[in-house]
Amino acid sequence: MKKAKFAIAAVGLIAFSGIAAPAQAATLQDVQAAGVLRCGINTGLAGFAFTDDAGNWIGFDAAYCKALAAAVLGDPSKVAYVNLSGANRFPALASGEIDVLSRNTTWTFSRDVDLGFTFVGVSYYDGQGFIARKSLGISSVVELNGASICIQTGTTTELNLADYFRSNGISYEPVPIEDNEEARVAYVAGRCDAYTADASALAATKTTLEDPDAHMVFPQIISKEPLGPLVRQGDDQWADIARWTLNVLKNAEEYGVTRGNVAALARGTNNPEINRMLGSEGSLGAMLGLNADWAVKVIAAVGNYGEIFEEFLGPNTPLELQRGVNALYKDGGLQYAPPMR
Amino acid sequence: MTETVFHRSKADLLPERPPPPGTAGAVGWVRENLFSSWTNSALTILSLYLLWLVVPGVFGWAFLDAGFAGTDRTACEGAGACWAWVDQRIGQFLYGFYPREQTWRVDLALLLLVPAAAPILFDKLPFGRKALWFSLAYPFLAVLILLGGFGLEEVPTDKFGGFMLNITIGLAGIIVSLPFGILLALGRRSQMPVLRLICIGFIEAFRGIPLVTFMFTAALLLPLFLPSHFNWDLVLRVIVVVTFYAAAYIAEVIRGGLQAIPRGQYEAAQALGLGYWQSMRLVILPQALKISIPGIVNTFIALFKDTTLVIVIGLFDILNIGNQMVANPDWLGLGLETYVFISVFFFVICFSMSRYSMHLERRLDTTRR
Repeated sequence: MKKAKFAIAAVGLIAFSGIAAPAQAATLQDVQAAGVLRCGINTGLAGFAFTDDAGNWIGFDAAYCKALAAAVLGDPSKVAYVNLSGANRFPALASGEIDVLSRNTTWTFSRDVDLGFTFVGVSYYDGQGFIARKSLGISSVVELNGASICIQTGTTTELNLADYFRSNGISYEPVPIEDNEEARVAYVAGRCDAYTADASALAATKTTLEDPDAHMVFPQIISKEPLGPLVRQGDDQWADIARWTLNVLKNAEEYGVTRGNVAALARGTNNPEINRMLGSEGSLGAMLGLNADWAVKVIAAVGNYGEIFEEFLGPNTPLELQRGVNALYKDGGLQYAPPMR
Repeated sequence: MTETVFHRSKADLLPERPPPPGTAGAVGWVRENLFSSWTNSALTILSLYLLWLVVPGVFGWAFLDAGFAGTDRTACEGAGACWAWVDQRIGQFLYGFYPREQTWRVDLALLLLVPAAAPILFDKLPFGRKALWFSLAYPFLAVLILLGGFGLEEVPTDKFGGFMLNITIGLAGIIVSLPFGILLALGRRSQMPVLRLICIGFIEAFRGIPLVTFMFTAALLLPLFLPSHFNWDLVLRVIVVVTFYAAAYIAEVIRGGLQAIPRGQYEAAQALGLGYWQSMRLVILPQALKISIPGIVNTFIALFKDTTLVIVIGLFDILNIGNQMVANPDWLGLGLETYVFISVFFFVICFSMSRYSMHLERRLDTTRR
């Protein structure tokens, strides 16, 4: 999403230096031998990775780490969180410092192909949006012609903004800003008419404003930011485990398996799809090299996708994010996991 | 010829009278210092006006209108600051993620710093030079207490954080960079060309490249090039980088001090038959270091503040702890409060260093002024 150039250069260095990171062919065995999953997360992003007052890392991204640890080690607490900045997340994954990266990272072509990573799915469909005062009296981004816009420098959002305004033939005056907190202050102080960032960040920002109802987040989303976990390329078994752990979360929501009822359902139901997922029928766990009850452990640890969303991002949290495109496909969203068979 | 001798007794003196009104006491001080001329009076009034503009607002924001209790930011009503998080989060700000039941070890290490630092910082203390042995042992003792082992629960350095991490990095940097800097400064003035070139190269390399670059290098590039089993601790890497960086500056500060010593001092030391190290230790360095104190302390203060740069490589020093706290939805948007809170910590430490340096300058002031 941002400041990726340095990371790309650093990762590129491995390829050219010939001193490649040790081939991580058997990440699963390594993780199980170590008894701990090293999971890369953000250093602090509202809703996605943050600490509670006791100092434990929680959040939407951290929940995936817990789910994967539950699947692989049977215990969601066996996670070593490695907090990574935008710049050092890719070198950390490439060098083997972490086993999986779950850090609101946008799935793009070059990261998937050129950096040698494998994205295992989309955990959150984000996109670039705008927030502005309702008193401006406009209802659409294209009416922001000539407006001053606060924007974080060195991010893809900066490029998206330029692209969008150019393609719509309108002008704007950029107000460069270093981070979200600074942008909030600048926006409140009236240094810019509008502020643009990922829609999830804007929602967080909006709740902190003195009179949130005086501001609006425009419905237009001008870029695709599919965020998801990723692993190193070259270990297909590990990528499969990471991918299907994410899919289990989504499928569990679809089949109505929750943290509360998973123990009961695991004893067997009349729905074969649930039975295969929870291991009372078939041998899906064994195919991944995991225990038969791996999915039960995952759901018991963090709940299904919907529960995680509700807990950290949903309308009952201070972020008050709607499911929107992140609803299941049957509810009109984009979240769609392949069947478990 | 008779001499007339005038004797004066105390009774002949006029009685002491108070100074003229308005020249002594509070009024006198004010007249002397604040209203001694028209321009001074104008500046005083202008300053008072500016203070009147700023102070009530800041004071009201920070105290009168502020909220102090609650479990999230919605508990803070009123227009002022919200300090409710301090109660919940002070542990993280001080100790980072150090296990809560083990934080007494951090306190102990900090407490032991007092007897360790005192014999170095102040003279006229009990035990005299013997106490220096404890000072010498302190760094090792502190590492043992903080990291554990030998029966204590081991705490890996990735649990280090908060102000404790700033102090750890800053203190380690200060302790090592001074002797290292002295050696570099001497090396740069050495007659031996290879040694001199190495020292110049080292100093210029570390002065010529931003600290952040070195931090990135230490954090990102080293692990890529070194084999994975050769895994240096990240905090250790940062300490090494910060130390080298500060040592390069210290070396130049001390070189300035060395150049201020008149040539006669070197020659006098030689004439006394002192060898190189003896003349340095007994004659040159005591004088050069004394001259360099303001510059050295300046570098130390800068070093201490630079410890917050570890934020770019994802370590949780006090500044990053503050950043991630405002990412918690309960405390969103409290950036200003956090930064004010953090600056108080830094101000206290840096101001103390600055005052100590002034004390040291006065104590060592033996010049023939």
